[in-house]
Amino acid sequence: MQRFIVLRLLQGLLAVFVISLIVFSLSRVAGDPLAAILDEESGKEQIERIRAQWGLDKPLHVQYFTYMKRLLTGDLGTSFKWDRPVAELIAERLPATLQLSSFALIITGLIAFPIGVLSAVKKDSWFDAGGKMFAILGQSAPTFAVGLILMWILAVQLGWLPTSGKGGLKHMLMPGFALGYYNVAAIMRLTRSSMLEVLDTEYVKLARIKGIPEWKIVWKHCFRNALIGPLTYFSLIFAVVITGSVVIETVFAWPGIGLMVIEAINSKDHITVQAVVMLFALLYVAINIVTDVTYAYVDPRIRYG
Amino acid sequence: MAVQTTAPGGQADQSAPTAAQGGFTTSNVWREIRRFPVIPLLVLIIFLIVPAAFADVLAQHDHTIGDLQRVLEPPGWVPDRATERQIVQRARDQNAEVSINNARRNFDSGAGNLIDANGNGQPDIGETMVRVEPGGNWEYPLGTDKQGRDVLSRLMHGARISLAVSCLAILLGGFLGTALGMLAAFRGGLVDAVLMRIVDIKLAFPSILLALTLVVAIGSGFSTVVIVIALLLWARYARVVRGEALSIKERDFIDRARVAGASNTRIMARHIFPNVFNTVIVLATLEVGHVIILEATLSFLGAGIPRPQPAWGLMAADGREVITSSWWIFLFPCLAIVLTVLSMNLLGDWLRDRLDPRLRNV
Repeated sequence: MQRFIVLRLLQGLLAVFVISLIVFSLSRVAGDPLAAILDEESGKEQIERIRAQWGLDKPLHVQYFTYMKRLLTGDLGTSFKWDRPVAELIAERLPATLQLSSFALIITGLIAFPIGVLSAVKKDSWFDAGGKMFAILGQSAPTFAVGLILMWILAVQLGWLPTSGKGGLKHMLMPGFALGYYNVAAIMRLTRSSMLEVLDTEYVKLARIKGIPEWKIVWKHCFRNALIGPLTYFSLIFAVVITGSVVIETVFAWPGIGLMVIEAINSKDHITVQAVVMLFALLYVAINIVTDVTYAYVDPRIRYG
Repeated sequence: MAVQTTAPGGQADQSAPTAAQGGFTTSNVWREIRRFPVIPLLVLIIFLIVPAAFADVLAQHDHTIGDLQRVLEPPGWVPDRATERQIVQRARDQNAEVSINNARRNFDSGAGNLIDANGNGQPDIGETMVRVEPGGNWEYPLGTDKQGRDVLSRLMHGARISLAVSCLAILLGGFLGTALGMLAAFRGGLVDAVLMRIVDIKLAFPSILLALTLVVAIGSGFSTVVIVIALLLWARYARVVRGEALSIKERDFIDRARVAGASNTRIMARHIFPNVFNTVIVLATLEVGHVIILEATLSFLGAGIPRPQPAWGLMAADGREVITSSWWIFLFPCLAIVLTVLSMNLLGDWLRDRLDPRLRNV
């Protein structure tokens, strides 16, 4: 087990290293990072001075090391667009993104678990078919389309919910659902198949013979046991949701990191984009490792797989 | 086709003497036909393939240059809507009534009709202004956008973009992934280890973000989008093909081919590739929907196909700005995406069950 964790951590470190290389080289491929802040009137000496100040006159590998060194000390650079340290911007906006993402995750769970369990219990019924259709529809609709259609119906036509912005629970309902819907299919299918497996076991048959009420068998005996698979998958989905927030925050003008990165991209603020991509990559890798380790802990066969 | 249904993993059933299994009995063929996803296929043909192929002939209007006289017209079936407003003195009551100054302005500019009770030809207190919001015109069946461009024509050309991007990206990504997967399986050792680590890292990276970074770095455009999406796709092919190829490599006919003097390249191209082809095709079909969504999302975020091209995602982004007044601009592209992707997914599921049931949990 320990060996597996160490191995997995090393792999994660390697992944982060490669991603940092990619992000760094992409920012250099993009052309002169100074081009975004200097205009044609800047004098040659001025350009040279800033170049030296930013360390852009040194060879690439030296630049990479300084970049990494600053990254490791938590210095993410200063944003061109907002003219403030990126770390500060991220700290300011991360809570909104995390709030929306966790809300979306809760919505996914609230929809996917009951439908998954009931479709397993009522296998091959109209409910099963309907649930499947609902899930496939979610996988076929891009997040922005779900968001826009919801916004049009619930906010513009009916006036029940506010169109955009951040506020109370009302503001979160539409973006949360749009963000969570895509993942319903995967969780629902997993829940359904593991429920089917559990429903077929001996101890469930025994519980039935003992005369325990069916709802208690389903929700207490089966559901708890069937939960392991989908739950480990949930952490992976969290990563998907966080990146999906880039889209949904743009649709609903939700003031989180996603909206920030799109604004940064539109104004060619490479420093901010780099920092956010690195942050998301780190989160992603970390979540992946945690998932793998939990999974290996729950199901020892995985380790050798 | 009918014969193949029982072939994969069906050995246990073959002893069972049921007439329905195997063979071209009438009921068997009928069952196959019934299972064939007709509706998704029809939807795909009508909404994606025909418009994409014949956009130049079918589109009635130019898809990039609009008629600025015909801005934001609703779809053809929307009727004219008249609102009546009583003219009153109060200047700031905006709810149901209109002030006399506003009425005069509307009357002079032709934005409203006056029901002239006293017949003096100008609005007075107590009279009614009728303002007519013009309905649609069948010249533009799905309405026009902010620049007076026909939404239907743009949708058709958008289908072409979606289809072209997904086909090219999948071809490119699939080719790259299949080649690398076969290479990894065939060479083994260091090549295999390095390639598979790269695949791991690639699969562990959020795709939209990688795409955004790439697009920011090399600038957006048709070929960038294709390359970016291909780079997002190849890893999955590489992993699946490698797995398949590993088991095929051990089979007798590969050894025999080698004894017969076939080179490595020839063995890979002529003996291994045909055997992984089914898997590749199924993966490709399952991926089309995903790619259409990716392209639409990138375009929606402004990092995909550049304006004024009519990519569906771009059209939806344009429609978002006027969602409160002109619903037709965002709704039709969104529906087009959902319908085509849904059909593609249903078709892909069917094809997977038919050709390669082992891929079920991919």
